[in-house]
Amino acid sequence: MPLAVVLILLVVGSLLFHVLSPWTFTELASNWGMVDFTVDITLYVTGFVFVAVNLFMAYCVIKFRYRKGARATYEPENKKLESWLTGLTAIGVAAMLTPGLFVWAKFVDVPEEAHVVEAVGQQWHWSFRMPGEDGKLGEVDAERITNDNPFGMDPDDPNGQDDVLIHSAEIHVPIDKPVKFLLRSKDVLHDFAVAQFRVKMDLVPGMNTFLWLTPTVEGRFEILCEELCGVGHHTMRGAVIVDSADDYDIWLANQSTYSELNAKSVGNADIGAAQYAVCATCHGQQGEGIAAMNAPKLAGQSAWYLKRQIMNYKRGLRGTDPSDTFGQQMIGMVASLADEQAVDNVVAHIRTFPDEPVEATIAGDVNAGAGEYRVCAYCHGKDGAGVQALNAPRLAGMSDWYLERQLQNFRNNVRGAHPQDYYGFQMGLMGQSIYDEQAMTDLVAYINTL
Amino acid sequence: MSYVAIADRDHEQEHHDPQTFITKYIWSQDHKVIAVQYGLTAIFVGLIALGLSAMMRLQLGFPDQFSFINPENYYQFITMHGMIMVIYLLTALFLGGFGNYLIPLQCGARDMVFPYLNMLSYWVYLLSVIILLISFFVPGGSTGAGWTLYPPQAIMQGTPGTDWGILLMLASLAVFIVAFTMGGLNYVTTVLQARCKGMTLMRMPLSVWGIFIATILGLLAFPALLVSAIMMLFDKTLMTSFFMPAISSMGADPGYTGGSPILFQHLFWFFGHPEVYIVALPAFGIVSDLLSTHARKNIFGYRMMVWAIIAIGGLSFIVWAHHMYVSGMNPYFGFFFATTTLIIAVPTAIKVYNWVLTLWEGNIHLRVPMLFAIGFIFTFIHGGLTGLFLGNVTIDLPLSDTYFVVAHFHMVMGVSPVLVVFGAIYHWWPKITGRMYNETLGKWHFWMTFLGTYAIYLPMHYLGFAGVPRRYFAMGNTEFLPDSAQDLNAAITMSALFVAATQILFFINMIWSLLKGPKSDPNPWNATSLEWQTPDHPPKHGNWGHELPECHRWAYDYSVPGYEDDFIPQNVPPDKAPAGRDHGEDH
Amino acid sequence: MEIGLIALAIILATLLGWLLKQSFNTQPWVAEEMGETAHHGPLGGSSNTRLIALLTLLAVVTSFFALILSAYALRMELGDWVPMTEPQLLWTNTGMLILASLAFQWTRNGAVQGIASRLKPGLILTGALTAGFVVGQFVAWQQLQASGQLITDNPSNAFFYFLTGAHAVHILGGMYVWARATTRVMLGTAEGRAIRRSIELCAIYWHFLLLVWLILFGLLLST
Repeated sequence: MPLAVVLILLVVGSLLFHVLSPWTFTELASNWGMVDFTVDITLYVTGFVFVAVNLFMAYCVIKFRYRKGARATYEPENKKLESWLTGLTAIGVAAMLTPGLFVWAKFVDVPEEAHVVEAVGQQWHWSFRMPGEDGKLGEVDAERITNDNPFGMDPDDPNGQDDVLIHSAEIHVPIDKPVKFLLRSKDVLHDFAVAQFRVKMDLVPGMNTFLWLTPTVEGRFEILCEELCGVGHHTMRGAVIVDSADDYDIWLANQSTYSELNAKSVGNADIGAAQYAVCATCHGQQGEGIAAMNAPKLAGQSAWYLKRQIMNYKRGLRGTDPSDTFGQQMIGMVASLADEQAVDNVVAHIRTFPDEPVEATIAGDVNAGAGEYRVCAYCHGKDGAGVQALNAPRLAGMSDWYLERQLQNFRNNVRGAHPQDYYGFQMGLMGQSIYDEQAMTDLVAYINTL
Repeated sequence: MSYVAIADRDHEQEHHDPQTFITKYIWSQDHKVIAVQYGLTAIFVGLIALGLSAMMRLQLGFPDQFSFINPENYYQFITMHGMIMVIYLLTALFLGGFGNYLIPLQCGARDMVFPYLNMLSYWVYLLSVIILLISFFVPGGSTGAGWTLYPPQAIMQGTPGTDWGILLMLASLAVFIVAFTMGGLNYVTTVLQARCKGMTLMRMPLSVWGIFIATILGLLAFPALLVSAIMMLFDKTLMTSFFMPAISSMGADPGYTGGSPILFQHLFWFFGHPEVYIVALPAFGIVSDLLSTHARKNIFGYRMMVWAIIAIGGLSFIVWAHHMYVSGMNPYFGFFFATTTLIIAVPTAIKVYNWVLTLWEGNIHLRVPMLFAIGFIFTFIHGGLTGLFLGNVTIDLPLSDTYFVVAHFHMVMGVSPVLVVFGAIYHWWPKITGRMYNETLGKWHFWMTFLGTYAIYLPMHYLGFAGVPRRYFAMGNTEFLPDSAQDLNAAITMSALFVAATQILFFINMIWSLLKGPKSDPNPWNATSLEWQTPDHPPKHGNWGHELPECHRWAYDYSVPGYEDDFIPQNVPPDKAPAGRDHGEDH
Repeated sequence: MEIGLIALAIILATLLGWLLKQSFNTQPWVAEEMGETAHHGPLGGSSNTRLIALLTLLAVVTSFFALILSAYALRMELGDWVPMTEPQLLWTNTGMLILASLAFQWTRNGAVQGIASRLKPGLILTGALTAGFVVGQFVAWQQLQASGQLITDNPSNAFFYFLTGAHAVHILGGMYVWARATTRVMLGTAEGRAIRRSIELCAIYWHFLLLVWLILFGLLLST
């Protein structure tokens, strides 16, 4: 008897949970309302079966529970009943399958006018490429990928010269225009998924896959990688920004093509030397860092990282948190660097400094720290030298007190909290497990030994 | 080939029982002892996997709180949890454990036809388990590639355990497959050849049917896993490019060219989907017998049930790519595989209807095994219905790779079979040990497990609807998710830890029963099938004393009209009891 | 995956056909004459039991090779496939394996007809020819290595090594059983009926592996 009551309560409870649950599909932001429709049909059909069969079972448990002297009926089978049930089930299945196949047929058939965006996945971030005015993407090849050519472009392919390259995890698309995402992976499997768009597809190295949709709502929609791609899988995020046609044009005009990026002058260290004078007050003449000024060592840090951080300060992605006193100072200081070219120049100058060893200021349990560092090593390298392809800066031989402070900042969401600071966000998530004081000290002590 | 020859060493041993402790319990060739060995080993690794899941749940429910869980070992936990539960626990327990115990007893055989091979099968299985466990302790730890082991990441840096863990994992799988093949040859041949006089195929209990068809699926499907494991080992160690395309990994070129990761997925799921039914079919069979026995009623639509098992088994080989709708394979395959997948729902639904109709007009004893059986029907209906979402290619677009998938397969392949496992253990415990367990404790165990697991997995579907991806160490701040999703995760974790803890009740009950439990009746449930009619209780080596039983009827003669008792054992000859009657066309 | 599916369909159809013959559609709750479908063998089995076990094993092996061939067919369609030239030695090896199969059949016939004098030379001849095949395969590998055709060069090479290796392992498994039977015949410890059964089953296995090899070899040559 309790069993029957519980069964009934579970059925009722499941229905209530379904109705009252705040956890349901996110607001739809694409043309794939048909997907939601198919889900609804399936919910009704399966919901009916769930309720009917379970309530029938509960009824049986009550009605035919053991009674002394009672006797079960002997009934090996009942062809008629079985045929009816089979037939009804088949109809229910067809009702669910038919719309599914219909929608899928639309999904595999990309509208011809769809504009193409190539989403490129790699461990553990996104970048994007769009064909230029010729409407054709240039040839790419995994074997040509280097730090200077992260897309693996073929320099001799005329189709590729005007390709728009977006070295960012954010892509803009215009509203109400169908867009075909071509998906390409450089290394392992990934998956391009945006919950509000309802569609997703794996990225498979060695081949191109695709999905298409028409965005119908303006706004920012997060891209999540949904195919396990290694230890940083959960940190592989990006965003699709759906713009009005005008905003989209403005954004597009600010992007650079492959040939423009190639033509860009590299930083000039001599010009940078003059700019560096401001920095030298705190960071030292040779970029050696001055702990008393709370300025870390710069010499020996990779150029791409220095540039990104300066740009982050300039764009308000870093140092805006009120409790980040020193970051706020930096915002004021980098204002003197007028544009990207100025940043390139000053970084080029910093790269000319000799990489002198720093004095360790933090001591801790090195063995314990080595254990903590195992996770860090995936991106920053076993030697702590940093890996550009993974956006992981050098750690070894840099100011240890600064490392510890930044770990604290990441823990307290002082750094990496800005939605556009994708790499800071990654560090915030990856480091979750090391954010207790002792672990941080041990970890930094270990990095000092590298 | 060698297996067959080894087995012919000695087959007249039924008359001289093994004497020493070692030959009786360690190097035993008795199928009942081997079954227990298989069962204990499987439950042992299952407990390890349960512990791993508790660690995962701690991280998901309370991220940031436990310094001993980091992304590296989190991915190792999910991988080993999945692999152990699917292969080393459920496959081994249903086929190696229940298959071994039930096939000879329910078919009226003295033992498996090749007892030596049977023993070897267990020891090779144990070897595979040991290799698996060693992988926890090698440098770099066990593999963290997910239980699907998809290349390239399974063998590339960036995934935990690519130094040694993945090699040991693949080696362990290969060894397991050898063990399974040894066992499987035995089960198939025993069912085909060693049934007692009168035990026609259509008189076999459904347990045997489920195990028999599942074994055939396993024998034909496991080679796909073996092939993919060997090819991946080649890719890893010899740098071949079966599955590995040209890639740029972390800024370096590892030197592969031209392979196809999708090819691996095809091979893997060609094994992986039948594997679902390798676990499910024995559960289907066993639960049918539990329901019939405790409802004192014949299983409804026996022939339909047998046909449904066979149909599901056959169909399971042509649905594999429904795991790959969004894998990047040719999207046109989606039409075919969605259709075949949803067709499988029909025979499966028939089984559910027939279970419920077995209860109709029965005389239901709600003893512990029956509680678990009915609990199974409930969770299986739930898990089966959510399968209709994921099998439908369109609905898979938003839901694949989310917690909806995790909730679905745990409901259908985790909770449901495990409820059957418990039900079956409670049901056959008196036969295996000769003792009864504590009924009250058993009921507590049922209620906590059943309600607890439902509290875990029902809400989990809704995380999937909301868009929470599976295999995420942490969500961080994700705009489209309500903050309450984290609260829900915490609640799920509480339920999970509760369920894990309550399993202690089961072990207390069983240990108490072994030590102090009252002696059980030889046939405490008044069941009809042959294992309850053995001359000794519990059955001795050779099972049947001097004379093999003869089977005179099917296994479901419960409440036959015109007969005083409400059951007629299969070995009661027609002149002592009515031989059933034709009710088939009465309605 | 078509090859795998076809092989599987054949296996399953065979099984289903057999099941249907087993008075499958009777109403099991209706009384039946005893014995008409009775099926029982002693533990350890008659030769029939061991034949069934062998056939089951062959089904497993068929599935194994069919799946490799499926992978072969799928992998072949990708861009980088370069067909390899098989060493001429394979023809000789194939000849040897055919002869081995014939020799085993001859031995088997002798065993069935009770011509005891044929067993020793027959078994030894079979063993020698089979060992010759395995050694020949190994030499073919050496030749390939020497000519610079390494396993990593191309997927066609990788599959060649994999397929021939997997086949050779199955032959070696058979050789183990052959060695046991031969030892017993040599020592004279064999009981006539048991050895006859052993040889009969072994012969089936040999023919089966020959068939597998012919299919593999044909496929390797044609692609």
